[in-house]
Amino acid sequence: MNQLLSVGVDGLIYSAWLFTAALGLTLIYGVMKIVNVTHGSFYALGAYAAASLTGAWLARGYPPMLSYLVLFAAALVVAVLVAPLIERGILRFMYAKDEVVILLITYALFLILEDVIKLVWGVNPYFIAEPYALLGSFTVGGLAYPTYNLLLIALALVSGLGLTWFLRGTRVGKLLLAVIHDPEISRAMGINVNRYYLVTFTFGSLLAALAGAFMAPTVSVVPGLGVEIIVLSFAVVVIGGLGSLPGAALGALIVGLVRSISVHYMPEVELFVIYFVMAMVLAFRPRGLFSLAEPRKI
Amino acid sequence: MLLAAGPFIPQWAIFIITIAFAKGLVALGLMLLLRAGLISFGQALYYCLGAYAAGALGRFMGISDVLAQMLAGALVAGFAAFILGFLLAKYRGIFFGLLSLALSMILYGLLVKNEALGSTDGFNILPSTLFGVRPGPEWVRYAVLASAAIVSLLLALAVHRYLATPLGRLAPAIKDNEIRVEYMGASARRAVHVKYVIAAVLAGVGGALAATTVGHIDPEMAFWTTSGEFIFITILAGTGSVVAPFAGALIYGVIHTTAYDLSPNTWQMSLGLALLLIIVFLPEGLWSMFRRRYARHP
Amino acid sequence: MPAILDARGLCKTFGAVTAANEVSAAIERDSVVGLIGTNGAGKTTFINMITGYIKPDRGSIAYEGRDITALPPRDITRLGICRSFQIPQLYRSLSVFDNMMVGLGIVLRNAGVAGFFSLRDGPVPGYGKSAPEVAEHLLERFGLADYRNRDAQVLPGGARKLLDIALTMVAKPRILLLDEPTSGVSAEEKFGIMQMVLEAVRAEGATVLFVEHDMEIVSRFAQRVLAFYDGRIIADAAPQAALGDPEVQRYVAGTRA
Repeated sequence: MNQLLSVGVDGLIYSAWLFTAALGLTLIYGVMKIVNVTHGSFYALGAYAAASLTGAWLARGYPPMLSYLVLFAAALVVAVLVAPLIERGILRFMYAKDEVVILLITYALFLILEDVIKLVWGVNPYFIAEPYALLGSFTVGGLAYPTYNLLLIALALVSGLGLTWFLRGTRVGKLLLAVIHDPEISRAMGINVNRYYLVTFTFGSLLAALAGAFMAPTVSVVPGLGVEIIVLSFAVVVIGGLGSLPGAALGALIVGLVRSISVHYMPEVELFVIYFVMAMVLAFRPRGLFSLAEPRKI
Repeated sequence: MLLAAGPFIPQWAIFIITIAFAKGLVALGLMLLLRAGLISFGQALYYCLGAYAAGALGRFMGISDVLAQMLAGALVAGFAAFILGFLLAKYRGIFFGLLSLALSMILYGLLVKNEALGSTDGFNILPSTLFGVRPGPEWVRYAVLASAAIVSLLLALAVHRYLATPLGRLAPAIKDNEIRVEYMGASARRAVHVKYVIAAVLAGVGGALAATTVGHIDPEMAFWTTSGEFIFITILAGTGSVVAPFAGALIYGVIHTTAYDLSPNTWQMSLGLALLLIIVFLPEGLWSMFRRRYARHP
Repeated sequence: MPAILDARGLCKTFGAVTAANEVSAAIERDSVVGLIGTNGAGKTTFINMITGYIKPDRGSIAYEGRDITALPPRDITRLGICRSFQIPQLYRSLSVFDNMMVGLGIVLRNAGVAGFFSLRDGPVPGYGKSAPEVAEHLLERFGLADYRNRDAQVLPGGARKLLDIALTMVAKPRILLLDEPTSGVSAEEKFGIMQMVLEAVRAEGATVLFVEHDMEIVSRFAQRVLAFYDGRIIADAAPQAALGDPEVQRYVAGTRA
């Protein structure tokens, strides 16, 4: 019984982190039809920026409780500085190209950013464990969990519900839905589609950077973070259906729980099951669990 | 020419050239798919299967003949692709890429946790033999190179011939307009299936060749970044000729080695920049530069 | 004369829309039939059902006495029922000549003349000539010889339509379904194109069904007219009789009422 409980709690924590990481990916695909490999770079950038800034913050003896705001600020800085540069500087000239070609372009940018990170931060690991330990721990079924994990779950809930509210409840959000539905007609109706793309890309990248920044205290920040998260995020987003927000939530829950179950009961299949589920979903529902009908062709 | 020059090429160059043949074979297969508009983000699956087939031959049966290894790689990869092809041949665009990615990650997940096959460390391959003879240490690499050159030449000729057949010529038609292909009485799905199997066989041979050349195999060979490398070579080369993938692989090998020697932390950046520039300015690949020049001076 | 194509009781609904409601028609060999009706009346749905792109909910389609209702498009094409498209479906990055050669390659392979792995090009069935010769012959017939080496994506509208129809001819169709062969073509060119198409098609010997909105073209070229309205056939007669039918005048021809 206790093990079942800890499977659930572990799975939920892992899902929350995956959801925050993958949410921006599905948003960017939904609006811009870009399968964005640089999403992994923003995750890594967020983690590194958080490690540096928080490290500096704590080294100067500033109040540790405010380090959570510093994590947030680090992600914000990264997203606002780098995302517009990439979207305005390169991606916007590529929108006419095929989806797969744009994917390759973001892959090229991903390779470049991988080395930019190494140039800026070097190849040695960074550790900032303080924010992780600071909040103490809570107990579920006799097992202690760092309270920090609740912060990860809160971050996922706020991001997901906030974005849903924004899209359904605000005027700008509804205009964005129009852009998603048909960018050409939206453009003809006087909507500034370019601005929507810029904001979407920046906000989506911010979500990736946030996931990276808030994960940074729980791991050692090393090169290759982006390589791992991007392919996991693909699995989450593909399972749920590319471009679907509830899909990303469901995908994250499925991947999180499947991983947690296998870690507890069959550790030798941990990685295998995630991609097996991804392949199975693609095989039986090629467009994911939450998918839209295909338009008529002739 | 290469064969005659062989004994005079330094050992390190023999290594680079042999690996270029191995990766060139994989890229040749990707080129077939790319001509039909398909990009596989999981060709590492067959590269890795080929390598492990070659490795298993030595580990469990004591066979280390280079040609037998390549044959085993081809058979295992080809058989796997024949089965998986029933699933994949339905998919196009992003979904073809993502499903092939998932499949290769499944293999990665399996190998990483498989103790019998050395898990993350992989295992060493027995020293290569040729027709039952084990060449002296200074001749081993040359013997492998010679086998690689001859096998690659034969396979490239076979693919060249295939491109001129009605099925080979169907590739750009499938890319352009699948509806029309069906309405002219051909099955695009079957054509894609055939191409997929051919591509896998080529990747399997390439994987076996790489295994025997390096003398060691590990699950990294199935990781998505390996597939990314093959895509890079294919895009670099273009689809203009069956020679292009080998030229592309050699250029890649040289860039990789020199850039890595000069600055180990920025070689990916050079690759990313090169990929970006080629997609934007030479969408038909480096090979198109030769063709243009050739066309100007007929 | 026996019917070459026999559609019986075809029904098809898309959600709340009824696209075909008990559509029945027997088409005689070597006839030229015009399909008329407003947009959404069910003409294209009829063609899509005959060529296997959509399956009817009910009803059957027989070709020379053989039931073809469940076959996929490529098998129907192989039997000799070919179609053109309202929006031309071309291989846009290939030259006009290569567009024809791709089609001829499929025909040769389907006939077993050239295996998918063999290079030996035998004569194209029905034409008795090699594939390049047939390509040249058809391009000549459809007035496309001048565009031979141009990429399909840069062709002018009229030439695109003609190439779309020429592509259907490579398989030597027994029945040809033309979906609005003159749409997107200027008024002056319409008659010329229709004339050329029908001459070319008749010379190769095929039964023709064509969808057309221009009643003058219908009355000039069709021997028989099927008028569609709301998923049903409301008139099936010779052109003069069909176009004179009061229901057809009210729902289809419109202006003459």
